[in-house]
Amino acid sequence: MNMNWLLTHSPALLIAIPLLAAFLTPLIDRLSKRARNVLVLIVLITVEVVMIVLAWDVFTGNTHIYTMGASNPTATIPVQAAIPIRIVLEVDGLSAFMGLISATVSLAAGLYSLAFVRRETGQGRYYTLLLLMLVGMLGMEFTGDLFNLFVFLEILSIASAALIAYRFYRGDAVEGAFKYFVISSLGALMVLFAIGLLYGQYDLLNMAALAKVMKYTMLDKIALVLFIAAFAMKCGAIPMHMWVPDSYTVAPASITAMLVVASQVSLYALFRICFSLYGLTLDVTTVGIIIISLGLLSMFVGVTMALPQKDIKRLMSYHAISQTGYMLLGVGVGLYLIGKPEFSTYGVVAMEGGIFHIFNHALYKGLLFLTAGAIFYKVKTRNLNEMRGLAHSMKFTAIFFMIGAFAIAGIPPFNGFASKLLIYESVYCVSPILSIIAMLVSIITLASFVKVFHSAFMGPPMRNTKEGEVPKSMLIGMVILTVGIILFGLFPGWVVDHIVHPAAQALADQAAYIQAVIGG
Amino acid sequence: MIYNIPFIVVVLLIIVGLATVVFKRNLIKIVIGITIIESGVNLFLITLGYRENSVAPIYTFAPSTKMVLPVPQALTLTSIVIGVAVMALMLSFAIRIYQHYGTLDSRKIRRLRE
Amino acid sequence: MSEMSKIVRTISNSLFPFIMIYGLYVIMHGHLTPGGGFQGGAVVASGCALILVAYSSGWVFKKVKESNLSILESIGAIGFISLAFLGIGVTFFYNFIAGSGLLFGEIPPVGPNSGNLNTAGLLPLMNLSVGLKVIAGLFAIVAVMAFVASRRMRKK
Repeated sequence: MNMNWLLTHSPALLIAIPLLAAFLTPLIDRLSKRARNVLVLIVLITVEVVMIVLAWDVFTGNTHIYTMGASNPTATIPVQAAIPIRIVLEVDGLSAFMGLISATVSLAAGLYSLAFVRRETGQGRYYTLLLLMLVGMLGMEFTGDLFNLFVFLEILSIASAALIAYRFYRGDAVEGAFKYFVISSLGALMVLFAIGLLYGQYDLLNMAALAKVMKYTMLDKIALVLFIAAFAMKCGAIPMHMWVPDSYTVAPASITAMLVVASQVSLYALFRICFSLYGLTLDVTTVGIIIISLGLLSMFVGVTMALPQKDIKRLMSYHAISQTGYMLLGVGVGLYLIGKPEFSTYGVVAMEGGIFHIFNHALYKGLLFLTAGAIFYKVKTRNLNEMRGLAHSMKFTAIFFMIGAFAIAGIPPFNGFASKLLIYESVYCVSPILSIIAMLVSIITLASFVKVFHSAFMGPPMRNTKEGEVPKSMLIGMVILTVGIILFGLFPGWVVDHIVHPAAQALADQAAYIQAVIGG
Repeated sequence: MIYNIPFIVVVLLIIVGLATVVFKRNLIKIVIGITIIESGVNLFLITLGYRENSVAPIYTFAPSTKMVLPVPQALTLTSIVIGVAVMALMLSFAIRIYQHYGTLDSRKIRRLRE
Repeated sequence: MSEMSKIVRTISNSLFPFIMIYGLYVIMHGHLTPGGGFQGGAVVASGCALILVAYSSGWVFKKVKESNLSILESIGAIGFISLAFLGIGVTFFYNFIAGSGLLFGEIPPVGPNSGNLNTAGLLPLMNLSVGLKVIAGLFAIVAVMAFVASRRMRKK
């Protein structure tokens, strides 16, 4: 077993190892709780390490192809056929980028859960579902096959729904889960119908092979509309956002951090469909404008709805909607400009900004939700009016919250600033109004978080809470994300050049995507 | 014309299901609506693979080798399997909600809306 | 849900073995005829559900524990993934048994044929593990739902 072997098989291993561990967990849970926790942690750390190794190789320019069950991992087209018929995993820059996000946040959430759910029942199943969520996310990111995308989408939403309802003894948790599940099943069925439309015309399910023969007929347009509607619904863009605050609020905090990533994986699927599947055959101006306006709406409506909230997690979930708008804006501008001469100057910068923002958002929003969970763990309420002076006893949590809040508002030394600056300066070239709205939203975000910080952490200490910080494992989970925020904030230039640029290139270059799977 | 009837049925099923999900207040009926949409989509997939005068794609004692396309059937099976899991989870949510609120009427379950 | 009448119980008792055999047949012949792990598993689980309806969910839970069902379910899933892992020397999911002459390793004839059970390599084994998972999973779902509902009724 050497490095090359690991690199060749890593796309399949990354999906298979957590899947195997997910089903081993309930068995080991029966023997020993401690062994179960160790197993889950080992698997999460392994996935993170292998993901970093794989991502490093991908960012230096190699797209990894893995054909399930073939006599050779790169034999995408079997000798008897002219088209790819097996399931093909394709890990290019963007997939590896999203994989890094999922693995990192899952590791933080897994560590955080050790103490956070210690008092709950059914922890064996909790970890099974957590690992299944990781499987669903990685699968959606790596797959090069449309139907496989649907299957992993369903794995992801079933596991998420069950975890949202984890505290099933509370009525609101089950209610939020039901809402989430109705929306995501409807979305998944729309995706399946669209896949049927494409399959009926081209007899293909492989995305690269489909992209090569795509003609953009009427049926393709209908399929595109279904794809965009379904994935926008799943990522919580504004007209279809109503499930976001309900389900993010009631899920355990570690799961909320995972759900943030899960909705970004839907965003990834949306971009993948628009750029790699349809690409230049698409009417890029119209679709670009649609995505830009979805982004603007989400940004503005999300932040204004966040202002009056009293529930700390509900407030943060509206901010999550608003931040999703930035990514849609950045990548939407990229789609709007692709194929035009301006693309190479500021179009690609807008895309880099949007994609960089995905990673930043996963880090700081994950951190904020984890701090909200720490507050809930301590004071047993999410209502901002019922808490005050928590900085007296929870010094570290207060610092983490402050870092997260500065990052989300785009204050310079933190990572949010880097990606927002890229978005501001590039969308300004398209229309100054876009840039102005984006900045305005940023300011309102800061105002809203100042309010939260003031009412939760400042003031005289609360009488009836226990002294002391939250348990260590929760702090370690938060530290992982904080370190990411600070590193990305201090070295944004390096990160953009080495991580974000390959991801944006992979998205923009449809020909390379097709070439990697079917050659020529 | 006769071969277009399945597609008309597909559209009807999806519209009926969507209407059920949107307009009905009972949670069980919402679950039924989603199942109806799913049947519509499954029927659509199956119809895509149909060929006139052909047999099922089984080689055991096959009377002829003119067969319908097996891939959409495999897709449909997978989708049915997923559908079972989705339905089971949704119904168990409905049971839990009923235990908490004593009702399945979505208008009366508003703890989240405040 | 209380126990049903003697007639129902007797009929279910006599139907039960046939449903089982049919379900297991569908699982075992999954690589030759329509069906496979899920379909056969669903048939077996519906046979178990018949017993559940005829007797009561309380009676069933005296015989089978829910936790044992979930162990079986996990074993089925682990079996499936481990079989996929066995081929990782070549690729994940590589069917290394097919055509090798081992159990299930014969090469099937081309074109319409009478069906040879001893073919298809990993597929029958995977069908078996999926079947195990589906039997345990579906039966657990139905039984737990019936149990919760009956407890609810008794409370009223």
